[in-house]
Amino acid sequence: MKELMLGNKAFARGLYEAGCSFVSSYPGTPSTEVTEEAAKYDEIYCEWAPNEKVAMEAAFGASLAGRRSFCGMKHVGLNVAADPLYTMSYTGVNGGVVICVADDAGMHSSQNEQDSRHHAIASKVPMLEPSDSAEALTFAKLAYEISEEYDTPVIMKMCTRVAHSQSVVETSERVLPERKAYEKNIPKYVMMPGNAIRRHPFVEDRMARLAAWAEKSEINRVESAAGSGKSPSGRKVGIITSSTSYQYVKEVFGNTVSVLKLGMVNPLPRDLILSFAKDNEVLIVVEELDPIIETHCKSLGLSVHGKDLLPICGEFSQNLIRECLASFVWGQSHEADRELTVSDQIPMRPPVMCAGCPHRGLFYTLSKQKCTVLGDIGCYTLGAVAPLSAIDMTLCMGASVSAIHGFNVASKEDEDKRVVAVIGDSTFMHSGMTGLANIAYNQSDSTVIILDNSITGMTGHQQNPTTGYNIKGDPAGKIDLEALCRSMGFERVRVVDPYDLKACEEAVKEEVAAKEPSVIISRRPCALLKYVKHNPPLTVNKDKCVGCKSCMKIGCPAISMKDGKAHIDTTLCVGCGVCQQLCPVGALEGCKKEEG
Amino acid sequence: METKNVMIVGVGGQGSLLASKLLGKLLLDEGYDVKVSEVHGMSQRGGSVVTYVRFGDKVYSPVIDKGQADYIVSFELLEAARWLPYLKKDGQVVTNIQQIDPMPVITGAMEYPKDLVDKMKALGAKVDALDCLALAEQAGSAKAVNIVLMGRLSHYFDIPKDAWMKAMEQIVPAKFLEMNKKAFELGEKA
Repeated sequence: MKELMLGNKAFARGLYEAGCSFVSSYPGTPSTEVTEEAAKYDEIYCEWAPNEKVAMEAAFGASLAGRRSFCGMKHVGLNVAADPLYTMSYTGVNGGVVICVADDAGMHSSQNEQDSRHHAIASKVPMLEPSDSAEALTFAKLAYEISEEYDTPVIMKMCTRVAHSQSVVETSERVLPERKAYEKNIPKYVMMPGNAIRRHPFVEDRMARLAAWAEKSEINRVESAAGSGKSPSGRKVGIITSSTSYQYVKEVFGNTVSVLKLGMVNPLPRDLILSFAKDNEVLIVVEELDPIIETHCKSLGLSVHGKDLLPICGEFSQNLIRECLASFVWGQSHEADRELTVSDQIPMRPPVMCAGCPHRGLFYTLSKQKCTVLGDIGCYTLGAVAPLSAIDMTLCMGASVSAIHGFNVASKEDEDKRVVAVIGDSTFMHSGMTGLANIAYNQSDSTVIILDNSITGMTGHQQNPTTGYNIKGDPAGKIDLEALCRSMGFERVRVVDPYDLKACEEAVKEEVAAKEPSVIISRRPCALLKYVKHNPPLTVNKDKCVGCKSCMKIGCPAISMKDGKAHIDTTLCVGCGVCQQLCPVGALEGCKKEEG
Repeated sequence: METKNVMIVGVGGQGSLLASKLLGKLLLDEGYDVKVSEVHGMSQRGGSVVTYVRFGDKVYSPVIDKGQADYIVSFELLEAARWLPYLKKDGQVVTNIQQIDPMPVITGAMEYPKDLVDKMKALGAKVDALDCLALAEQAGSAKAVNIVLMGRLSHYFDIPKDAWMKAMEQIVPAKFLEMNKKAFELGEKA
C-alpha cells in the first residue's frame, strides 16, 4: 500500500519488516520518532534506556542472544555511545545490529553541528544514508542484511530533513528471521588485547570487502544526464551527492547533469567514482557539513569542486545550490526574483518556556539571587533567554553536575560565590549521576538542583527511569531521586515546589551557603502533561494594578502590558500563581494560592 | 505538472500538524507525488513554526525556499508577514487575522507592526485575510482554525469538495467530524 510517511516512521517500518525484535534508545531530536513509532508494533520489544551508551550495549546484548536489534540517537548521542560502537566494530554481531544516528545540520534543536560520518570512518563501521522516507524503509532492511553478512553493526545516518519529512512509501509484511543460537566464542566476543589484536585485521578486511560491495550495490547509482550529457554551459558536469543534498541537486538541475547518488557513505567506492569522473568534465561534490566525500575524491587524485563553492556550515536548500553552483553548471549566474518584504521590523518569535512551566519559578529565584548557573540540556536551557537570563553555561548532557565541581574547587577562595548546577530529571539519569558521584567522593561544597518535571520534556514527553512508566505508558520501575542522592552520601537533600517562590529562595540561599555538598530537587510535573490539572486563569484587577511590571520579570508568555496595566492572556494562563507572588499590590486575582 | 508549494505557518501549538496531514492525504489521494516537511523539537515551544507541503508529478526537495511558495497559509497575521519573502510572484496568501504577541512585544521591547494586511497588499501580494478564530468558534471550537483555513484554501485548488471531505473523514476523529465539516464550509464561504 502506498502512503505518506514521516522519514523516522518509515525507518521504524523498515525495522518492523526486517524482523527487528529489540529496540533500546535515548530520545533526541531529530531521531526520537524512530523509536516511538517502533514502540507501536507489539511484535517489537521497545524501551527508553537512561542514555545512548546503555541503549547501544543493550542492543548489543540482544544481538548476542541472536535477535535483530536496534538503537537510535541524535548525533551528539553517538558521542556518548562511541565507546561500545568502536569495539562492537571488532566483535561484530550475532543477530543484526542497526544504529540510527540523526544529524541536525542547521541546528534546529541541537548544541552543535557535528557530522556523524566521522564516527563511521573512525570506528570502521558501514554507514548508509537515505534521502527520503522510501529509502529510510528499504535501507533499514538492507542494513540488517549487511550487518549479518559482514558481521558488523551498521549505522543509518538520518538528518533533520529526511527524519522530519513525509514522502511516499510502499510497505510490505514483516519477515521474522529465526533467532540465531548464542554460541560461546571467546576470541570473537571477549575483547582483551590478545583477542582484539586478532580481530583488528578482520575489521580491515571487512571494510575492504564492503568497499567492493559499494562498487556494485544499486544504492550507489549513476543517473546520467539526458541527451548529449552536456549542461547548458557546454561542459559535461557530474555531481556526487547523497542524502537530502541529492534532492536539492535534482530539484535544481534535473537531468541536465549526471549524478552519482551515494546510498552508502562509508566505505566509499573507488572505481565507481573514478569511472564517473572519466565520463564528466567538471566534478562537484555536494554534501552538507564536512568535506568527507570530497576528501575521498581528492585522495583518488581527482580534481573536484566542493567546499570551495558550497558552505561548510548550516543546511543546504535548493536556492543555496542554485546560487552556489549555477555559474558552474549553467555558465551564467542565477538572478533571483525580488523578495516581498514588509518594511516593518518583524519581532522574532523565539521558543519560550510555556505558561505554567515549573522551571520558571526556580529560574526567577536564581536570577534574583544573582547565582552563577551551570546549565544542562533540556527545556530549561530556555532559562538563558531574557528576561530571566539565568543560565551561564550549556555544554552537553550531564556537564552541569561535573563542571560545578571543577568551578567550585578552582574558585574556592571566592567567599561570596553563589554557584549552582541545574539539570533535568531525565538528563540527570542520562549522565548526571556520575558527576554527582564525583562531588560526593571528592567533596566540593557544590549545590546541584535537579529540575524534576517528571518527564523528558524537550523531545516531546518521553518516560524515563524516574517517572515510573515505560515507553508504552505501562507501570515500570521508578528510581527515587532523594534516596539515590542520600545513598551517595549527600546529607543535605531537600525537595521544593518551584511554584512557591519563598520556599525556592530559602532553599537556594541555605544550600549555597552550606559548607558541604547538597542537592535541591525542584519538583513539579511539566505543565503540558495531560494528567496535570490546572487552576483557572488569573485576572488583573485594573483598579489595583499600578503598572509596576513586577509580574513581567518572570518572562511568562501569558502576561503583557496593555495601556499601562498588566494583561493576562486567559487562553494561555494556567493559574500557576507565580506572578501573584511578585505583585506588590495584590492585583492578580482569581486563583487559590496552593499550599507549598 | 510543475511542483506546487504550500507553506503552512503559525505559532507552536496552533494545530498546523492536522492541516498538513489533511493536505497530504488529499493530494496523495488525488494521485500526486507529495512531500510534507515539519518542524519538531525546540522550536515547538511557542516559537514560529512552518510546515512545507509540496506536490506535483515528481517532488524532490522536501522544503520550500524563498520566492517559491504558491500559497502561504498563515494561522497568525505576524507570521504571514514574517514568511512573505517565501511567496512566489503571483502567489496567494491566506491568513487568519488573529494576532498573538511574541515575547519581544510582550516585554515591550518591540511593537506588533500595524496594518500588516494592507502593507502586504501594497507590496503586490495577493492576500485573503479572514477572522478564522471567530468562524471556528461559530463552528463549535476555537481549535478548528486549521480547518477553517483549509476550507478557505480549497477555493484556490482545482480539487472537488468531495475529495476534501473524504480526506477529512480519514484524518479527523469521528466525534469531531461534523464540527470540522462546518468549520470547513464556513471558511470556504467566508
